[in-house]
Amino acid sequence: MSSTAQELIPPEAREPGGGRIRRSKGGRVRRLTGRDKVVLSLMVGIPTLIELCLVWLPTLMSVGLSFSRWNGLDLADIRPAGTDNYQYITQDYPPFWPAVQHNLLWLLFLALIATPLGLLLAVLLDQNIRGSKIYQSIFFAPVMLSLALIGIIWQLFYQRDNGLLNFLLGTAGTPRAVDWFGDSSVNIWAAMIAATWRHAGYVMLLYLAGLKGVDPSLKEAAAIDGANSVQTFFRVVFPAMRPINIVIVVITIIESLRAFDVVYVINRGTNGLEMLSALVIQNLVGEGQVIGVGSALAVVLLVISLVPIVFYLSRTFGKENRA
Amino acid sequence: MSTATARAGRTSAAAALRSGSKTKRHYGTHIFLAVMAVMWLIPLGWSLYTALRPVASTNQYGYFSFAGSFNFDNFAQAWTQGGFATYFWNSVIITVPAVLLTLFLASLMAFAVSRVSWRFNITLLIMFTAGNLLPPQVLAAPLFEMAKHFQVPYSFSDSGNMLNTYIVVIAVNTAFQMGFCTFVLSNYMKALSADLTEAALVDGAGIWRQYREIIMPLCRPAFAALGTLQVIFIYNDYFWPLIFIQSGNRLPITTAINNLQGEFLSNYNLLAAGAVITVIPTLVIYLLLQRQFVAGLTLGSSKG
Repeated sequence: MSSTAQELIPPEAREPGGGRIRRSKGGRVRRLTGRDKVVLSLMVGIPTLIELCLVWLPTLMSVGLSFSRWNGLDLADIRPAGTDNYQYITQDYPPFWPAVQHNLLWLLFLALIATPLGLLLAVLLDQNIRGSKIYQSIFFAPVMLSLALIGIIWQLFYQRDNGLLNFLLGTAGTPRAVDWFGDSSVNIWAAMIAATWRHAGYVMLLYLAGLKGVDPSLKEAAAIDGANSVQTFFRVVFPAMRPINIVIVVITIIESLRAFDVVYVINRGTNGLEMLSALVIQNLVGEGQVIGVGSALAVVLLVISLVPIVFYLSRTFGKENRA
Repeated sequence: MSTATARAGRTSAAAALRSGSKTKRHYGTHIFLAVMAVMWLIPLGWSLYTALRPVASTNQYGYFSFAGSFNFDNFAQAWTQGGFATYFWNSVIITVPAVLLTLFLASLMAFAVSRVSWRFNITLLIMFTAGNLLPPQVLAAPLFEMAKHFQVPYSFSDSGNMLNTYIVVIAVNTAFQMGFCTFVLSNYMKALSADLTEAALVDGAGIWRQYREIIMPLCRPAFAALGTLQVIFIYNDYFWPLIFIQSGNRLPITTAINNLQGEFLSNYNLLAAGAVITVIPTLVIYLLLQRQFVAGLTLGSSKG
C-alpha cells in the first residue's frame, strides 16, 4: 500500500482497537424500525434498479439479440435466427478472425512488454533514487489522457510526411517513409506502442503501491540467506505482491479486450486494426445496421471477458463468502 | 485492515533504515530512466512544439526545424474555429452531474451493503463490481435501441427520443461507474469501526442519520480520491457520447477532437493545438490533485 493509499484508511481503523471490527459481524443486534427498513430499501433499491436497467438488462438483451435478425427499426420486425449470426461471423465475415488474432496479439503485447516494463520502472523507482518523484510524474502523465487523445497525439508523431518518427529514421519525405497508422502491415504494432505508453505508467503506479506494502524484513531475510537482488525479487518480493499481481493480470486482460478508442480514432478499426470491440460498433452504427451480427460479436466479447471477471471476483469475494 | 496498518508502521521504519544504508550510486539506473523519460515525453512534446509554430513557419522551413516564430495563434484559432468553448461546456454538463450522481448513489449502496448485514449484500456487491468490468461495447446495441425507442415529447428532446440528449450519456456513465465506486466505498466503510454506528443506534439514530451524520463525514478522503478519479474518467470517456450523441455541437471535447482531424485537414499545427487544449484540464487536475488521483487508482486495487 502506498503512503497515499495509507492515508485513505479511515481514521477509526488506524487506531489500536481496529481489531474489534470483525467481532461485530456476529454480535450485531437487529434493531431496525419500520422507517429504517423503508430508508434501507430505497438506499439499495434505487442504485440496484439503475444497475439492472442500464447494465445487466442490456447485457442480457445483447445475448437475446444475437439469436435474432433485426435492422434496428421496428421492434415488431425482430425475427428469431437461431445460431445464424454466429455461423455468419465465424465463417463468412472476413474481419472476424483477424480481429480475434489482433485482440490476442494486443493481450500478448501488453502482457509481455507493457506490463513488465511498468514493473521494471516501479522496481527501479522504488529504490529511493534521486528524482524518483519526477520520473514517476513523467511516466504516469499518459495515464491521465484519454485513449482517443492518445491516438491523435501519436498520429502527429507517426505521420508519413511530417511525423517526427519518419524524420528521426531519416525516411521523411522519401519513398521509404512509412505511414505508421495507415500501413496495414505495421499499424497494429504502432497502435500497441501508443497503448503501451499509457498502460506501462498505470502498471508502474500499481506496483509502486504494491512494493511499498511488501514487508522489508522478507528482503532482509533473503539477503542474509545469500540471495542476490534478482533472486530476492523473483523468489520473495514478487510472490509477496500476489494481490496486486492478480489485479494487474485482470487489468491487462480487460484492457486488451476493451482496446477500442485508439483503433477507432485511427481508422474505425479497419485495414489492419480490426478488433472485436470495434467490429461490434461497426455493425451497429453506419448504414446497414445488422443488430444481430453486432450482438453476436458482442456476446463473443462478453464470454471472453467473463473469464477474467469471474477469476477476479472469486479471488476478491471468495474469502468473504466463506467467512 | 489492521494488518495493513501494522505493515505500514514497519514499512516506514524500514524506509528510514533503507535511506540511510543506500549510498550506492545508480548510474545505470539513472541512464535507463532518463532515456525512458525522454522517450515518454517525446509524443506530448512534439505536439506542443508543433502547436506553438504558425503554419506559415512550418510550411516554409518544414516541421523539423527550429526556424520561424513561435506564438499561441494556433490555440486561439483552434479555440474559435474548432468550437472548443462549446465542447468544453458540453463536457462540463456531462461530467459534473455524472460524478455527483455516481458518488451519491454509490455511497447509498455501499452503506447498505457494508454497514448493515443482510442476506444479499455480497451478491449485490458482486453484481455491481462485475458490471463495471464488462467491456462497454457489450451493452452498446441494446442501450442505443432502448434510447431510440424511448419516446419523449419533442419539447424535451428534438429527436423525439432519448438519443442526442445529455441525460442518457449521464445516466449510462453513472450506471457504469457506480459499480467501481460502490466496491471501493464499501471496502472503506467496512473498515470503519462498528461501534460508531452501534452507539448511534443506542441513542436512537435511524439509518439515515447514521449514514448522513456519522459515515459520510468519515468518508471524505475516499470521496476526494474517487471524485478526482471519476472526473478524469468521465471527462476522458470517448465511447458513450459517440454512441448516443449525433449532433456534432453537442459532443463533449474528448469525442469531438476526433472530428477535428477531418476539420483541420492536414493543418497539423492546428490539430496539435486542439490536442494540447484538450490535455490542459486533465493536466491541471493532475498537478493539483495528483495525490488524490493516485490514491483513487490504488484504492481500487489495494483489496484483491
